Amino acid sequence: MKSQEQLEFPLFKGEALTQLPEDLFIPPEALEIYLEDFSGPMDVLLYLIQKKDIDILELDLSEITDQYIQYIELMDALKIELAADYLVMAATLAQIKSRMLIPQSEDEEEEGDPRSELIRRLQEYQRYKSASESISNLPRLDRDFFLATSALPKFKEQQPSVEIDAHELAAIFHEASTRPKFSAHHEIHFEELSTQDRIALILSILNKRNVIQFFQTYQKKEGKQGVVVSLLASLDLAKDGHVELIQNKDSNQLYLKSTNRGLH
Amino acid sequence: MDVQHNLPNIVESILFGAGRPMRLSEIKTLLGSQNMDVDLPSIKIALNSLEERYDKSAIEIKEVASGFRLQIKDEYGDCLYPLWNDTSNRLSKAFMETVSIIAYKQPVTRGDIEDIRGVSVSTQIIRSLLDREWIKVSGYRDVPGRPALYETTKTFLNDLNLKSINDLPPLPEALPAEQALGQLEAG
Repeated sequence: MKSQEQLEFPLFKGEALTQLPEDLFIPPEALEIYLEDFSGPMDVLLYLIQKKDIDILELDLSEITDQYIQYIELMDALKIELAADYLVMAATLAQIKSRMLIPQSEDEEEEGDPRSELIRRLQEYQRYKSASESISNLPRLDRDFFLATSALPKFKEQQPSVEIDAHELAAIFHEASTRPKFSAHHEIHFEELSTQDRIALILSILNKRNVIQFFQTYQKKEGKQGVVVSLLASLDLAKDGHVELIQNKDSNQLYLKSTNRGLH
Repeated sequence: MDVQHNLPNIVESILFGAGRPMRLSEIKTLLGSQNMDVDLPSIKIALNSLEERYDKSAIEIKEVASGFRLQIKDEYGDCLYPLWNDTSNRLSKAFMETVSIIAYKQPVTRGDIEDIRGVSVSTQIIRSLLDREWIKVSGYRDVPGRPALYETTKTFLNDLNLKSINDLPPLPEALPAEQALGQLEAG
C-alpha cells in the first residue's frame, strides 16, 4: 500500500524531500517545490516552530518572525505567487513582536500577552492539520482499496466529431472577416436649450403682456426638453419673485403672471 | 427459481452488478420489483453466508455509510495499484485540510475554514470537493451575505471505508486556553 507520505512529499533527484536541507547549497528548484507544498501561512509558521523542536507555547516570536519574513522574501524571489494571507501573517507577527519590545504599562498588561491570540490560532490550526493528516492516511477508494464490480463503466457522453475541410474553414474565415459591421457608431446631437435664454425670452414676452400661459413659453418641436427648460425657467423666475405661477383649481392651465419687479 | 435457496447468489449478483453500496432495503425493493418477496433478515443472512464464502478469496463485503458493497481485500490493493495507477487521486494538503475542517466542524462556511487555516479557501478546492461529491451545500447561514454552509456527504465516508462520521480519527485536543496562558506567564 502506498502511504500518504510517499505520495505527498515532492521528489527531488529521486529522493523524497521531507525536510529542508540544512546545508548551504539548496538547489533553488528544490526549494521552490518545497515552498509550494505549504498550504498557507499557518502551515509555514508551524513548520518553522517544529523545525526548532520547540513547543508552540514557548514561542520565541522574535526569531520566528525573522525567519518567517526570510521565507516569504524567498518565496517572492522565486516568483511563487504570494497570497496576501502570507503578508497578513507577516504583519501580525511584526505587530506582536513590536508590542513585546515596548515596555508595557499596567493598562496594557491587562489586555494579556499579545502572543496569546496567535498561539490560540496556531493550536487550533495544528489540531485540524494533524487530523487532516490522519484522514489522508485512511485507506481511500481507488488509492488503497478497490471495488469488486461488474457494473457497466460510466461512459463519457460522446461529442459529435466536427467534420470540416480546409477549404470550408478558409471560406468561413473569409466570410466572418468580411462580414459588414452592423454595429456602426453614431453620435446623438442634443439640441442645446439654455435655461438662461428661456428666462430672457419669458421676460421679454412678459414685458409686452402681463400674463402668459405656460404652454406658450415653448414650442412643440422642442419636445420634452423644451417643456423642462421652460419649467426650470418659470421656477427660477418665480423663486426670484419676477413672476407668479397661477393655476386655477378647475383648469389644467398654468399661467405666468408678471409681478412687474425687476423688469426693464 | 427457488428464491430463498438461491438468495446468497442473488444478493451476490446484485452487489457485483451495482458497483456501489446497496442498502438492505434497496436490495429488498429491487427484488420486490421482480416479484421476489424477501424480508430484510433473510437478505442479511444471505450476506453473512456470502461473507463466509469469501473468507478465503480476494474479495470481501464491506459495510460503509451508504450500505454494503463488494470490494477487493486491502492486502491485494498493492497488486492493483500499478494497474489502475491514477494520479488524480493525489490530493493536496490544502484539499485535505479543507475537507477535514468541514468534516469535524460541519456545517461550516468558507469564512470558518479561512479562520482556521489562515488562508483564503480557493474556489477550485471547493469546486473539486463538490465534484467529487465529498461535500454538499446544506444551507445558508443567516448572516449578511448568506454564506453557504458545507457538510460532508455519505460518498466521503464511503470513499474512506467508513460507516459514520464518528468513525473518523478523533480530533486532537488543544491545550485549554487558560492553561496555555498560564504556561506563557510562567515561561
